[in-house]
Amino acid sequence: MSAPPKTPILQLIDVRKTYATGHLEVEALAGVSLDVSEGDYVAVMGPSGSGKSTLMHILGCLDSPTSGLYRLAGTDVSTMSEAELAEVRNRRIGFVFQQFNLLPSLAAWRNVELPLIYAGMPRAQRRKLAFASLERVGLADRVEHRPGELSGGQQQRVAVARALVTDPALILADEPTGNLDSRSTEDVLALLSELHDAGRTIVLITHEAEVAAAAARTVRIRDGLVDTGELTGRAVRSG
Amino acid sequence: MNLLETFRTAGEAIRSHRMRSILTMLGILIGIAAVILTVGLGKGAQQQVRDEINKLGSNLLIVSPGSTTTSGIRGGRGSASTLTMSDAVTLSNAAVAPDIKQVAPVASSSLSVVAGNTNWTTNVVGTTVDWLTVRARNVAQGRFITQDDVDQGRQVMVIGSTVSSELFGQRSPVGQTVTVSGNTFSIIGVLDTIGSSTTADEDDQVVIPQTSYASRISTSANRSSITTMYIEATSQSSLSAAYQEATNALTTSHGVTGTNRDFSISSQQSLLTTATSTDQTLTVLLAGVAGISLLVGGLGVMNIMLVSVTERIREIGLRKALGATPSAIRRQFLVEASSLGLSGGILGLTLGIVGAVVLPHFLNQPVLISPFAAAGAVAVALVIGIVAGVYPASRAARLAPIDALRSE
Ligand SMILES: Nc1ncnc2c1ncn2[C@@H]1O[C@H](COP(=O)(O)OP(=O)(O)O)[C@@H](O)[C@H]1O
Ligand SMILES: [Mg+2]
Repeated sequence: MSAPPKTPILQLIDVRKTYATGHLEVEALAGVSLDVSEGDYVAVMGPSGSGKSTLMHILGCLDSPTSGLYRLAGTDVSTMSEAELAEVRNRRIGFVFQQFNLLPSLAAWRNVELPLIYAGMPRAQRRKLAFASLERVGLADRVEHRPGELSGGQQQRVAVARALVTDPALILADEPTGNLDSRSTEDVLALLSELHDAGRTIVLITHEAEVAAAAARTVRIRDGLVDTGELTGRAVRSG
Repeated sequence: MNLLETFRTAGEAIRSHRMRSILTMLGILIGIAAVILTVGLGKGAQQQVRDEINKLGSNLLIVSPGSTTTSGIRGGRGSASTLTMSDAVTLSNAAVAPDIKQVAPVASSSLSVVAGNTNWTTNVVGTTVDWLTVRARNVAQGRFITQDDVDQGRQVMVIGSTVSSELFGQRSPVGQTVTVSGNTFSIIGVLDTIGSSTTADEDDQVVIPQTSYASRISTSANRSSITTMYIEATSQSSLSAAYQEATNALTTSHGVTGTNRDFSISSQQSLLTTATSTDQTLTVLLAGVAGISLLVGGLGVMNIMLVSVTERIREIGLRKALGATPSAIRRQFLVEASSLGLSGGILGLTLGIVGAVVLPHFLNQPVLISPFAAAGAVAVALVIGIVAGVYPASRAARLAPIDALRSE
């Protein structure tokens, strides 16, 4: 395809991440270069242990690379302060985790409003947005339920509602369907497609081809290296 | 995140971890109550001893006869008293002893007092009118002996409350008569009840004019000999001057030297100082025990807080992933820990104060609340709670969000 090159919202250049566990060093990312342009829907696919989650944590500013450059909307992330990074995570990125990561003591809408609290929004407005977001994922009748009172699929939809509530430009989802049955998987994928249609940039991490098929393009990753970038990926071939 | 949200989040965290919140508060509560009560008990005991000593009279010096040692053999106590009424007259002279306010000479012996068919053996005291003020006593019924009673050598008697109840039961003794060694005395008053001092049951005695004692009761060869002199100094600060004056005057008038003095003078102050310092040691010891219990309670609180923060590192990671700054996390845990510490502190204070009010009824021992100890205990508990809650939380807040999120 020869679409005119857009400025990438996410740009990784030769990013490496090494974990030191005792004497052993694990290179989870061995030099990944990747561009994701605005409005893109990328599936990152690879076998377990290939470095997908590590990649997502770096993309989401939850972790920093050992070396290499990461530009988020043109800004080198390594130059940002803790407070700036907190603001980026708060305003620009919505996370969906495989383990949902909901706070068990809070009702669904209270989980959804969490990012808005840190954005400094008044309570009444937070409540309105949280309810709207839950309605959007089809949980209008579950707003007062705690995570323990919801099914896995419903919990993940609460997590999606939380990722949406700040209206972020970028959604990062790490195996969001990994713990769900096929029905719930369809629900969540439908929600992500809807968001893509509405102009959001989405990075979806999965090890399942059927799930990756929902994305506009797929980046394959193996042993910490990008394997083949279909469509517009900047491909780095490994032997 | 504004202050209201911080407080709301902290409040929810406290409520949703009910058991650990209760345990934390309990640790602080018990530590503080223990400090308040143990220090209070020590202070109470100190006060009690002070009160008891003060019952003997304030600014008091006591002159006792020392037996003569002329033959190199000390006679038994009181075998030949070296003090007489003239010594009392000497010391009453303001020119000789300007720092002595009053002197109460006392001659006494243990005798049987008979009222009708009842008799009671008690201490019969012959003295002058100043005895009442020197000994810091009051009359509960009737009146005390007057100068006129002394001058006329009247056979009148003021009795202690123990004597009154032993001889007359519930009846009023004033106006009744009793006999002592065959002499009839009419009762003119009853002394107030003060209980035991450090030396004797102050309620088990009867007081008669010194002149009547000398003429009717005394069995000494020298009928004007006395057994003790109570001296009241003009003030607490002139006590040592009064001591010096009395020593000099008696040494001169008895014609003795510093080495063969036939009298001794003791002060209540020295007794008080000894007793107070003994009790001070006790208080310090008790405070030490209380301090250790506070420390142990504090370590318990630290342990609970540490475990609870460790449990919640995932929560901290999630909050950071959703946009919490490290300072927002620190503020949340600071408010949480200090609310727990403060409410534990207030409950501990309340328990301590309630204990201080209730305990004396069971222990027959006053408990004095020391504001210093109370404030110190609360401050220590607060600091322990806050340090234990905030330090691990602020460390977790500095972790990369994913490291916190991944922790188990
Ligand atoms: N915190 C960590 N400490 C040490 N090694 C890690 C850590 N996280 C991931 N790894 C290692 O890095 C590699 C990639 O892990 P990950 O990114 O989770 O893979 P994926 O999500 O594709 O299954 C794995 O070999 C894993 O064991
Ligand atoms: Mg993974």
